[in-house]
Amino acid sequence: MSNATNKAVEIYELEKTYEGGTRALKGIELTIDEGDFFALLGPNGAGKSTTIGILCSLVNKSHGTVRVFGHDLDRDRAWVKSQIGVVPQEFNFNQFEPVEEVVINQGGFYGMTRKAAKKRAHELLKQLGLYEKREGMARALSGGMKRRLMIARALVHSPRMLILDEPTAGVDIELRRGMWDFLTQINRQGTTIILTTHYLEEAEALCRNIAIINEGRIVEHSSMRNLLAKLSQETFVLYAREPVESLPEMPVVGSRLVDEETIEVDLTRGQELTGVFDVLRGHGIVIERMKNKTNRLEELFLRLVQDDEAAKQESTEGRS
Amino acid sequence: MSIRSETEAFDHQGPGERAVGLTARGAWNAFVMLLTREILRFGRIWVQTVLPPMIMTALYFVVFGHLIGPRIGVIDGVPYIQYLVPGLILMSVITQSYANSVSSFFGAKFARHVEELLVSPMPNWLIIIGYVAGGVARGLTVGGAVTLVALLFAELSVYSVLNLFGVALMTSTLFALLGLINGVYATHFDHISIVPTFVLMPLTYLGGVFYSINMLSEFWQQASLYNPVLYIINGFRYAMLGITDVPVWSTYGILAVGILAAYLYALRLFRKGIGLRG
Repeated sequence: MSNATNKAVEIYELEKTYEGGTRALKGIELTIDEGDFFALLGPNGAGKSTTIGILCSLVNKSHGTVRVFGHDLDRDRAWVKSQIGVVPQEFNFNQFEPVEEVVINQGGFYGMTRKAAKKRAHELLKQLGLYEKREGMARALSGGMKRRLMIARALVHSPRMLILDEPTAGVDIELRRGMWDFLTQINRQGTTIILTTHYLEEAEALCRNIAIINEGRIVEHSSMRNLLAKLSQETFVLYAREPVESLPEMPVVGSRLVDEETIEVDLTRGQELTGVFDVLRGHGIVIERMKNKTNRLEELFLRLVQDDEAAKQESTEGRS
Repeated sequence: MSIRSETEAFDHQGPGERAVGLTARGAWNAFVMLLTREILRFGRIWVQTVLPPMIMTALYFVVFGHLIGPRIGVIDGVPYIQYLVPGLILMSVITQSYANSVSSFFGAKFARHVEELLVSPMPNWLIIIGYVAGGVARGLTVGGAVTLVALLFAELSVYSVLNLFGVALMTSTLFALLGLINGVYATHFDHISIVPTFVLMPLTYLGGVFYSINMLSEFWQQASLYNPVLYIINGFRYAMLGITDVPVWSTYGILAVGILAAYLYALRLFRKGIGLRG
């Protein structure tokens, strides 16, 4: 069989049943292109971490096929491992080791000489702002620094694919933005990135393609653009320069005055904000700034998960 | 600055090419890194790992050698304090090799940094050998330190250098492997002390460290022959003093079979991911 492919990940009929009978995955089908920045979303217990665990060889699958860069995980497991870098959700490094040793050791486990691993570790620690801390114990780092340390460790062997499980959980906004820039830069240089996150704005900002998993099944798998296009209604908040007494009729689904300087308008697909601005300007209302009120992806995510659960409910009722 | 490093561990292999995780050189680098980490680990906490067995051995020599020993006299033509030396050295090798593997591996599981190894392309056999080498390093280091302590109390002699190093190395390997298996199964801190306390210590104390089985009644002599540690300690005593209660080949037989069985068992645990992978 030829291995010719430009797919980073191909997953077919993937199932996982844990000891005790919990079915975490119920036949997942998923493909991720090489070079993609891919989001895997789902509520807690949906099967995200199990899927990632199987990809990283931390979880044994019960059934199905997993291929990474065209190589079968069962047949070429060591090779597949050599192509992947992992940033888990929880800190999983030896807290009693010096910072640089955490990264150097990992390089060694991927076959690098100590000298090469040290050089690479220093490069990464500089890029991630940890170089000055390299000789201190890892446990002395702040939470955000520990997350960056795990990113450095995952990249020490220059993997073709980086898997991040909730990489910015508990990280402050400024640091999160810095990490986004760093990850975007790596992705532009060709590294395929798979991301799970609870911050849906993070997925929207970073990822080109997305899969939503619920109760062990993929309920949506498409590009971010196509997914967001499914959104039928959005709410915008407009801030007026002067107090507004009453709202004129506008070509929108709904509008309301939240306070004397804040207006909310609901638009469906096909409706344009320019029409709203024209009407407001015609009534002497000048809009100074605006923002999108809803987290669009969050809304979609909830709807898809709810639809999936409703479909299952119907199916169960139909059978009974 | 480019994020992709010029110092990559190996060239990325494309589809269709031979899918090797680690080259022979890469595997060696990985082994050296794991062994170095293990040595640095127990070296950093030498007050907990190296010093206590030295103090305990000194106390054994004071109590059993100097205070009680003169009343016992000689065993098999050797003064009692000198008779104690091989058993005490090997007891330290056994306990320390075991303790290193079990505590280090369980600690790595508990803090989850064992995942650093599990996600890496290191094959299972290499991870096992790396941890065992760490246990051997600690066992032999402590064995050497205890030998220095023994020098303060007794005259040391070596009857067979080859057997001395052969038995010490194989003993250390066997108990490091057993410690690793214990570490794989352990799910609580209690589990790493159960086997050393309730299995290892009785077998060692009743394995001829302090006496010759010829001093026991016929029944207990026969019962002692079912204790594998007896063969190991006597093999080491033969290497130092030239005296033994059992044939030397039986020492090597027990050690070789034990190492092979423990290695294959550990390999099976790693392959199946028991205690390691969900």
